[in-house]
Amino acid sequence: MVGLCGTTWSTQIVSGLLDVLYSELATAFNMAETHSLQDIRQQAAIAAKVFIQRDYTNGTVCQFQTKFPSELETRIDKQQFEETVRTLNNLYAEAEKLGGQSYLEGCLACLTAYTIFLCMETHYEKVLKKIAKYIQEQNDKIYAPRGLLLTDPIERGLRVVEITIFEDRSTGSGR
Amino acid sequence: MKNCEYHQIDPQAPSTPNPTLPPPINANKKVIRARRKWQAFPGRNRFYCDGRIIVARQSGVLPLTLGLILVTSTLFFIFDCPFLVEHLTSCIPVIGGVLFVFVVISLLQTSFTDPGILPRAGPDEAADIERQIDNAGSSSSYRPPPRTKEVLIHQQVVKLKYCFTCKMFRPPRTSHCSLCDNCVERFDHHCPWVGNCVGKRNYRFFYSFIVSLSFLTAFIFGCVTTHLAMRSQGGKGIIFALQQSPARYPLPLIIFLDSPSCTAIELVVCFFSVWSILGLSGFHTYLVASNLTTNEDIKGSWSGKSGSEGSRNPYSYNNIFMNCCAVLCGPMPPSLIDRRGFLPPEEALPAATEIDLPSLEAKNDINMCRQGFRDLSPPVPL
Repeated sequence: MVGLCGTTWSTQIVSGLLDVLYSELATAFNMAETHSLQDIRQQAAIAAKVFIQRDYTNGTVCQFQTKFPSELETRIDKQQFEETVRTLNNLYAEAEKLGGQSYLEGCLACLTAYTIFLCMETHYEKVLKKIAKYIQEQNDKIYAPRGLLLTDPIERGLRVVEITIFEDRSTGSGR
Repeated sequence: MKNCEYHQIDPQAPSTPNPTLPPPINANKKVIRARRKWQAFPGRNRFYCDGRIIVARQSGVLPLTLGLILVTSTLFFIFDCPFLVEHLTSCIPVIGGVLFVFVVISLLQTSFTDPGILPRAGPDEAADIERQIDNAGSSSSYRPPPRTKEVLIHQQVVKLKYCFTCKMFRPPRTSHCSLCDNCVERFDHHCPWVGNCVGKRNYRFFYSFIVSLSFLTAFIFGCVTTHLAMRSQGGKGIIFALQQSPARYPLPLIIFLDSPSCTAIELVVCFFSVWSILGLSGFHTYLVASNLTTNEDIKGSWSGKSGSEGSRNPYSYNNIFMNCCAVLCGPMPPSLIDRRGFLPPEEALPAATEIDLPSLEAKNDINMCRQGFRDLSPPVPL
């Protein structure tokens, strides 16, 4: 062996590694409990992923296309889907709105040499939290029961809304 | 020494006992604690303070910029301010101080802020886009499908190009910086003076930096000229003024520097800076007022040179005030790359399996810088 220090240290590393491997195996075989909705969903087989792309007709503001993708036809109502995307678009428009509050924030930031960004949460970030909550709520109420999962666009760099379609294993899911 | 010992004891040591494998060690430590996303970032950037600060791979001439500003301002405060406070007004160091602080803070913010980097497309997303491109181009069998997409923005046709590195169609006004190897939103230019790209998120910092720097250099230039003028009035002309040596400054300073040479240094630096910085500020003021980027201006995207006639900037509000407000006082977009988020455990796991062999010789490796080893570590593709 290398030396006393090396031995102790390597033992620590190996035991730590074993802990991690065990927890990973436990997760994989569903032995560990307290999963979130997303973890449970990942045990189900992913049939397909649909990507809703950005809509640039109004410039560089963050808007998503409301065109209903054909893969979702059997899973969800078109109205429901369009409603979700339209609400998301409205929320993003609110985040990027050029209005009194954003100007105030901008001017105040300029006067303080932009140091307030280090301590204050910006308006955009507050709306992003609202969006995250909305997506969670939509997933719980509407999409999860139909075997779908919406991914928050911020996790994909605001490029796409990723909808994961899971294999439909349940017997009566209203097909 | 440790390595020699190791070789002697175990001649059947693995063939690569070299420190090219340290990153897996660090990854190993992180596996226990989960890796942060900045550690697997594919672009050419460096991260400090556990992902809070981001800079480009080459710092360019940022140390020179900082050095010039600091040295000139320090010389100004030491050698010119006392004279001017005595003969003019005590507001001078106050104004100088405020401008100096503003300049340094704006510079550091421009350098250390994420300019608006777009994260690269994940494998599923990239495959989906490829499929769409193939479907679109399936009619033409002789040539590969064009990797451009046309969109209509405010009744203006804009071509979106496909980025082969980031595997996505670039949003409008986004460009790929070859120095940083990232797509940056509203890409203006890569500034070597600042050591970072200038894009959507740090354009306002960059603009306030160059404007405040032009005020600072003009102010110092004015003060130094006034100082020399006042000294030469009292004596036998400007040569006499430059030859005067200060009697009241501390001895070490007199040995290495004396007032005339410092004043001359300041004068030269400020003279050349004022014209170039003022010019740059003027140019960027024009860009802000017409809601253009340097990239678009250079390429002539909207001026009709390379495009068709009648092409106008679709992003402009056609109102100078609105454009300025939108660019400088608009809402601050968040960073899209989430540097300090944690990687999902499945991505950390492959790194764990690589560390069996090096784990025994890691004593030296732990001390190695864990931040600069992005090249050596096997980055897990996002």
